[in-house]
Amino acid sequence: MHCRLDVLVCSGAACVSSHSADVRLALAREIEAHGLSDEIRLVETGCMGPCELGPVLLVYPDGAFYIQVKPEDAVEIVEEHFLKGRPVQRLLWETPDARKITEQKKLVPFFEKQHKIVLSNCGQIDPENIDEYIATGGYEALGLALTEKSPQELIETMVSSGLRGRGGAGFPTGLKWRFVAQESGPTKVVVCNADEGDPGAFMDRSLLEGDPHSVIEGMEIASYAVGATRGYVYVRAEYPLAIRRLNHAIDQARAHGLLGSDILETGFSFDIEVRIGAGAFVCGEETALIASIEGERGVPRTRPPYPSTSGVFGHPTLINNAETWGNIRHIVLKGADWFSSIGTPDSPGTKVFALSGKVVNTGLVEVPMGTTLRELIYDIGGGIPGGKAFKAVQTGGPSGGCIPAQHLDTPIDYESLKRLGAIMGSGGVIVMDEDNCMVNIAKYFLEFTCDESCGKCVPCRAGTRQMLDILVRITEGEGRPEDIDRLRSLGQTIVETSLCGLGQSAPNPVLSTLEHFGDEYQAHIDAGKCEAKVCTALIRFVIDDEVCKACDKCRTVCPVSAISGKPGTPPYRLDSEVCVRCGRCVEACPFGAIRVESGSAN
Amino acid sequence: MKLEELRQIRERAAKELSLRKGDARVKVVVGMGTSGIAAGARDVMAAFLDEISVRNLSDVVVTQTGERGLASSEPMVEVHIEGEQTVTYGQMTAERARRVVVEHLVNGNAVSEFAIEVRG
Repeated sequence: MHCRLDVLVCSGAACVSSHSADVRLALAREIEAHGLSDEIRLVETGCMGPCELGPVLLVYPDGAFYIQVKPEDAVEIVEEHFLKGRPVQRLLWETPDARKITEQKKLVPFFEKQHKIVLSNCGQIDPENIDEYIATGGYEALGLALTEKSPQELIETMVSSGLRGRGGAGFPTGLKWRFVAQESGPTKVVVCNADEGDPGAFMDRSLLEGDPHSVIEGMEIASYAVGATRGYVYVRAEYPLAIRRLNHAIDQARAHGLLGSDILETGFSFDIEVRIGAGAFVCGEETALIASIEGERGVPRTRPPYPSTSGVFGHPTLINNAETWGNIRHIVLKGADWFSSIGTPDSPGTKVFALSGKVVNTGLVEVPMGTTLRELIYDIGGGIPGGKAFKAVQTGGPSGGCIPAQHLDTPIDYESLKRLGAIMGSGGVIVMDEDNCMVNIAKYFLEFTCDESCGKCVPCRAGTRQMLDILVRITEGEGRPEDIDRLRSLGQTIVETSLCGLGQSAPNPVLSTLEHFGDEYQAHIDAGKCEAKVCTALIRFVIDDEVCKACDKCRTVCPVSAISGKPGTPPYRLDSEVCVRCGRCVEACPFGAIRVESGSAN
Repeated sequence: MKLEELRQIRERAAKELSLRKGDARVKVVVGMGTSGIAAGARDVMAAFLDEISVRNLSDVVVTQTGERGLASSEPMVEVHIEGEQTVTYGQMTAERARRVVVEHLVNGNAVSEFAIEVRG
């Protein structure tokens, strides 16, 4: 029977975690019960983007976008919408002017401002059905490349498109291809780096989960262009769903004659193997990643020789990040001029970002390069929740830097972010508000890199530890006047002398917060004051006798019995020596009688 | 598989995805309010879907709408064709639905016999 409704159920990892599978099963049950199975198709797709609002559903042809759907909503959705054609208003995503969205999801600002190239299929097709990928033009670029283009032409297309590596450093992709193509040798290797290690980043995962074939196709085109016969996708074990869908896609592509030997009966052969990493941050660095693929311990080595000369098992190796691979087929199909017309002259194309932290719409977004941080955070991200003030945005994960409010109108491109002491990185964007202490944030990121340092070179192994010790001291109220200079000089030394990108960028969060939020460090050291009231050693709780009604709630919730008093008879007393600053009393007090203070002035 | 075979798969598979593209040439809107359903709109819709499938029409979407107020004419169906007038049919049956598919959707002639409104 002619299918009249496509119900797309987001099955990205975030929606799976909020039980989208239960919603799908409940919908399937109701559709069956109403005898609609022949005319309504339920499709599991990859990530649609607004992860905060999951589980989400998208219904075509109307384009109704449902958010936070529960299994028990299935009855109403099927009876009202699928049967009678009345979308369930209470579950639709409301636009800021409270106009309910029934016609098109693209009217929601979150989607409206995006430009999806790499993610164009994510949330639109079933990633486990190769036919749906083919329906969107999938493998056509590979077919064109193998039958009508020379390897040289493809490399020139990549060079003139201006595509730069989406993994962080932004090296021109076409040049990398050219270097590997120029190498001789019977065996060359192509690698996909999907070892996404930044906390809060999930671009590569979402792409592999939502559109694995696009990564495979990109790698195949490159293998033909540079003359490689073997490919590896390096992905971390923490991404089980991505691994499953990728393996499934590889099997399907092989079964269709689109991967393996004699691809599309052109005589060209190339195959891909998935290598699962144990989740070490350093393995995102290319030489460490290569060591890990070879079965060695994942530690970096000095370059040169670069992987393009001597990579996996000594073979010339082309490594690109998963998102970079996702761009390739579009550039082959639509041309270099089309691609370079998007974004900025120096940073063409789009970039995928994982928005997280203190922002209303956390999730996965793709915008043209040159979009400003303000547009990303306020228009697409929906601003800061709870009416709080924006304080800083961290781009590039633990290797990146914090950008303050006065630079919100900076366009997002490789050079502009670098000038501010941050980096593009792989695309993690963490938004911070007035309740975040920048010293504490810097400490958090440094804890991460210190922990993830592989230990091979001294500056990274010992230097990050020294910096961390100083930061811990400052947040515990024992900062010394010379600490700020010390942090600066240690940071600079580590940047200049570390072996690999991990160490070279590890001090960035500290250096950038020192640059833009130096007065916060100063206040911690000089006045023992944490403005954001985060550093527990520098804050204390005080009961305001004028406001306190002696209701006894605070005393009952205190886990360490630091509060004393009799119900109905003020005053209540809080013993700072005993208090562990857990904040439960502040939450419990119905009158706001418990204040948090910091600094010697109070 | 050769490139031509890949393109054949694409042609076939693209039809399956046409709903998500939002570029259908023809839109059939079946009134599925309470009175529409009571008068047999479900059968009408099923007949549309079946006939469209039998005739392998890929550029048609079938959707529903609520109560229109003219209960005596239910089940009602509107046919929107790009660049043409919108035709509303009344007192539809499964059999009439099949005729609308053949005569109006395929051959382009509205079935005046049970058309109750033409506009646009």
